[in-house]
Amino acid sequence: MSGVHVTTTINDDPIEYVCPADESLLDVLRDRLGLMGAKEGCGTGDCGACSITLDGQLVCSCLVLGAEAEGRSITTVEGMASGEKLHPLQKQFIDNAALQCGICTPGFLVASKALLDENPDPTETEIRYALAGNLCRCTGYDKIVKAVQAAAKDLRKQNKKK
Amino acid sequence: MSDSKYTGQDFKVVGTRVKRPDGLDKVTGRARYGADMNAPGQLVGLMLRSPYAHAKIKKIDTSKAEKLKGVKAVITSKDLPDLTDGNAGLYDTLENCMARDRALYDGHAVAGVAAIDKSTAKKALKLIKVTYEKLPHVTDVDEALKPDAPAVQPRYAQEGQPSNFMSQGVFGHGDIDQGFAEADVIVERSYKTGQTHQGYIEPHACVATLSPDGSGELWVTTQGHFSYRNTCAQLLGLDFAKLKVTSSEIGGGFGGKTHVWMEPIALALSRKANRPVKMVMSREEVFKASGPTCSTSMEIKLGAKKDGSIVAASAVCRYMGGAFPGIWGTLGGMTAFACYNIPNNKAVGVNVLCNRPKVAAYRAPSAPMMAFGVESTMDQLAKELNIDPVELRLKNVAREGTLAPYGPVWGPIGIEPTLEAVRKHPHMKAKLGKNQGRGVACGFWFNIGGQTCSDLNIGADGTVNLTVGTIDVGGARASLGMIAAEELGIAYEDVRVNIGDTSSLGHNDTTEGSRGTFSSGMAAIFAARDAVEILKSRAAKMWQIPVESVVWEDGTAKAMGAEHGNLPPLSLKEIAAKAGNTGGPIAGHHEATADGAGVSFASHIVDVEVDPETGKTQILRYTVVQDAGKAIHPQYVEGQFQGAAAQGIGWALNEEYIYGDDGRLQNAGFLDYRIPVCSDLPNIDTKILEIPNPSHPYGIRGVGETSIVPPLGAIGNAISNAVGVRMNQVPMSPPRILKALDDAMADANSSEVA
Amino acid sequence: MRYESPTTTKEAVSLLAKEKGKAFVLAGGTDLLVRLRMDMIDPDLMVDIKRIPAMMEIKKSATGFKIGAGVSGANLGKNKALVKAWPGVVEAANLIGSDQVQGRCTMAGNLCNASPAADSVPAMIAAGAKAIVVGKKRRTVAVEDVITGPGQTSLAKGELIEAITLPARPAKSGDAYLRFIPRTEMDIAVVGVGISLTLSKGVIAKARVSLGAVAPTPLLVKAAAKAIIGTKLDDDALEALAEACSAACNPIDDKRGTIEYRKRIAGVLAKRTAKIAYERAGGK
Repeated sequence: MSGVHVTTTINDDPIEYVCPADESLLDVLRDRLGLMGAKEGCGTGDCGACSITLDGQLVCSCLVLGAEAEGRSITTVEGMASGEKLHPLQKQFIDNAALQCGICTPGFLVASKALLDENPDPTETEIRYALAGNLCRCTGYDKIVKAVQAAAKDLRKQNKKK
Repeated sequence: MSDSKYTGQDFKVVGTRVKRPDGLDKVTGRARYGADMNAPGQLVGLMLRSPYAHAKIKKIDTSKAEKLKGVKAVITSKDLPDLTDGNAGLYDTLENCMARDRALYDGHAVAGVAAIDKSTAKKALKLIKVTYEKLPHVTDVDEALKPDAPAVQPRYAQEGQPSNFMSQGVFGHGDIDQGFAEADVIVERSYKTGQTHQGYIEPHACVATLSPDGSGELWVTTQGHFSYRNTCAQLLGLDFAKLKVTSSEIGGGFGGKTHVWMEPIALALSRKANRPVKMVMSREEVFKASGPTCSTSMEIKLGAKKDGSIVAASAVCRYMGGAFPGIWGTLGGMTAFACYNIPNNKAVGVNVLCNRPKVAAYRAPSAPMMAFGVESTMDQLAKELNIDPVELRLKNVAREGTLAPYGPVWGPIGIEPTLEAVRKHPHMKAKLGKNQGRGVACGFWFNIGGQTCSDLNIGADGTVNLTVGTIDVGGARASLGMIAAEELGIAYEDVRVNIGDTSSLGHNDTTEGSRGTFSSGMAAIFAARDAVEILKSRAAKMWQIPVESVVWEDGTAKAMGAEHGNLPPLSLKEIAAKAGNTGGPIAGHHEATADGAGVSFASHIVDVEVDPETGKTQILRYTVVQDAGKAIHPQYVEGQFQGAAAQGIGWALNEEYIYGDDGRLQNAGFLDYRIPVCSDLPNIDTKILEIPNPSHPYGIRGVGETSIVPPLGAIGNAISNAVGVRMNQVPMSPPRILKALDDAMADANSSEVA
Repeated sequence: MRYESPTTTKEAVSLLAKEKGKAFVLAGGTDLLVRLRMDMIDPDLMVDIKRIPAMMEIKKSATGFKIGAGVSGANLGKNKALVKAWPGVVEAANLIGSDQVQGRCTMAGNLCNASPAADSVPAMIAAGAKAIVVGKKRRTVAVEDVITGPGQTSLAKGELIEAITLPARPAKSGDAYLRFIPRTEMDIAVVGVGISLTLSKGVIAKARVSLGAVAPTPLLVKAAAKAIIGTKLDDDALEALAEACSAACNPIDDKRGTIEYRKRIAGVLAKRTAKIAYERAGGK
């Protein structure tokens, strides 16, 4: 099997890799690039634990080929904090106890950010439906929804100041 | 010093809402779970699994796979000699890890491969040739007890019993025949519940290294790394001390990570290849070949006087434990009538085999099914008696002094307070619309204590490492840090809690039975008190006064008595800074088998709306009331309540293993094994009650499990109140509800005609 | 497996034609990559069409809409003109999977995957959508003629779908799609119903009704359309519609639903779907 050479951007960093044509972007991130924030919960797009954005679009990285990333721009949970400063979502997930085991947390954070980038003031129902592709088995989602609401508020305040 | 009686002390740190120490790593993607570790030179391990529910393995030809370039080891049961020395349970584990003469369920491992990469390992699996002879199978619990059912494990079959009957637990007291004879009203009903899976999002994963000299390391996602070590070592003939097991962050377990699955095979592959082997289950493998919970079928009978006093209760529940014997029925029998004070009661829990995977614990294992039957019947009894269902429960509620059905006399317990809280809760007054209904149900679960061993080390800067051997599945590191800080009188931020590996501490039992915070909490208290004694002696040395004159208050040593009264107090930090000159590092330690674990009760309220045209149920409101003993970290306690309720809701409405006539699992994935998604649930309101456990210094009870028990019954009761049909089968899925509505309509029509 | 990402349809067709082994077209990949992952397919070539500009556009013209085969569900939802003209089709496509899946999944892919339960297909059939198929020649095929059985299509080797077309909308028209699933999201349809209709003086003049997940292929149910044409969707018409839909079902018992349940729900959903479509068309 010949490898595919890919030049791409991940969390604003220029990245190059070679991967087999049939390898998923999730496997590339985890096994070739050491970016283990995206998790594999199912490998079939049903759990959202591997959520990333591809050219700004929220996707499951298990349902993207590594080869498809050529020339694209990818963001993962590793790119959310800026230096020492956590993203408001990250902070609110901790403060609101929106995580227990934490395996789903990177996916929820990436999906929540994608939601708030599009809709800065979502209703509870909008949040619940937007996050329906991310499974959590620990929290019953209650505190996750509250953390997203709190972060949305923080972000609106932040953007007002700008 | 080790007096574990509840003292009713005031707290400074306990009860506050501090931040968990693992939070930052978990929100940045840095936390390392089972699959997030790699070892130098590691191979990829994969398992070949049986496509049959039951088959004789006539021959396994691995020669072609072994010859494939890049394949470093292939193993079958032949590479796993029986070293279990007559230990039946251990032999079961060995056989479950890899089939020996027969494959016992769809997904049972038959061979393992280690290769340089995944695609090579996959190719190798395809090259292994297994010759099977299909055998008759049985996957339904009632079918399995029929006289002509195929014997799943002939070695366990008993004279005079159906071959798949293993054992039964019988509990209760009084004379039920006499009790039912005295009853004015008797309600008897039958129920069935489907098999569910814990559904943790992280699949089983490990990195195993085992050298030819018998020393090894295992990185693994587990609820009990000591238990994993012991089992792996016993199965592979290793010394416990030479196998170091390190627990990764755990991505959910709920009981499913209390037993080994493919870990011994990973070690065996590593030994054969003499290289590290990483194994990660696919989601399909998790569903097919880890340990889901039991399916059940049962009969529940309640008898009461007209005034609502229940005089007799009986339950017979058959628990399908998969292909190996378990104690699930026995546990269920113990829980059946625990919430109530019924003079004559008898509960029988039967343990049954089927050609399904070996059942493991799932959060309050065996209690939710039994509670579904009992709580559903309780509401029907209330209806017959024309008494409010909450009042009926309160009238018969168990209290301090009540003889529990499984033996003990209850101490202070929380079932009555939770029911009282339900009665007064604003949720009970929320308005209900058309096709909407409200249900209430109660639940009970034990807590266990068990073996615990912890170390507490104080650094020269006065910060503290608490090392425990119980896995943190739900925020225990925060709770334990709070407890250590409370005892030492220092800030929570000055304590860091770590989970030690198996080489750094004595044996710790698995985090199960809601024991983590209870038992390690107790160990943290006593390890801290141990350290305080040393801190006091060091202060005495620094002051050059007798140690008897030193007391520990608010995180400082104080000199007592007029002759020393003018000495300014010494803080923990000051004493720690001088430790090198006063006798060396300051540490505390505690090991014990923790006794006096509390019991835990909960009552839940749920509102549902049923679409009468499709049978679909929507959860509108949900309230959990549970006794926590003492909530160390209230926010994390709420999280346990909410998570448990959500799992119960999934179980009640949609989750179920679906087997085909061929005995194969048809829904081994999150697409068709339908756990609740975010949009399925409302906010889950919680109310924490604190009825202290008299046998814990802080009054702690385990909080993690009980709230998965009531939802099935509560939702069944709510559906009944919404659309007037009683669901006797879980999950209460749309087709079943629609069928029940049709049947009710047909009954009504036929009685009109009559 | 080789991966190719051509930038023209011609190039894509030529890659497919030349391939001697098993070749697959990769659009959103939300089904194809699952099958790859589960070892259900073993491709020699995957041709990614998402770098072909024409396949990534939605074009509106006098004759209607032309939706490129690579356009994602999320992007369908963002096209206001399309949402206004064909709300039922867009809703159906937007019901596929999660937001994550929406970022990738396509209607053409949903069609070519040829699942009897595909959400967007009944809505497309009801809408009278057509597939532009390109191979050695270019041809236009009605969507209902694309799927021939579970996982089977009428496309020949070397052919691919370049775009889906939806006709221009006459006044007083409306469409809708509803599906039944046990949860609120993330499930495969147990039953799906797509209905498109046009009114004339408050009376249904034209209608198309399509059912999903109740037969080996999505169905165009002419008898169901007939049941409501000429009516104002009164109760009798709705009952006749439900009966026609239930009668048209030829479902199986499986892990997602029983024969009995599917037949029943097809009728229930048809009534609900028709009411929405009727209201959207301005009916009262």
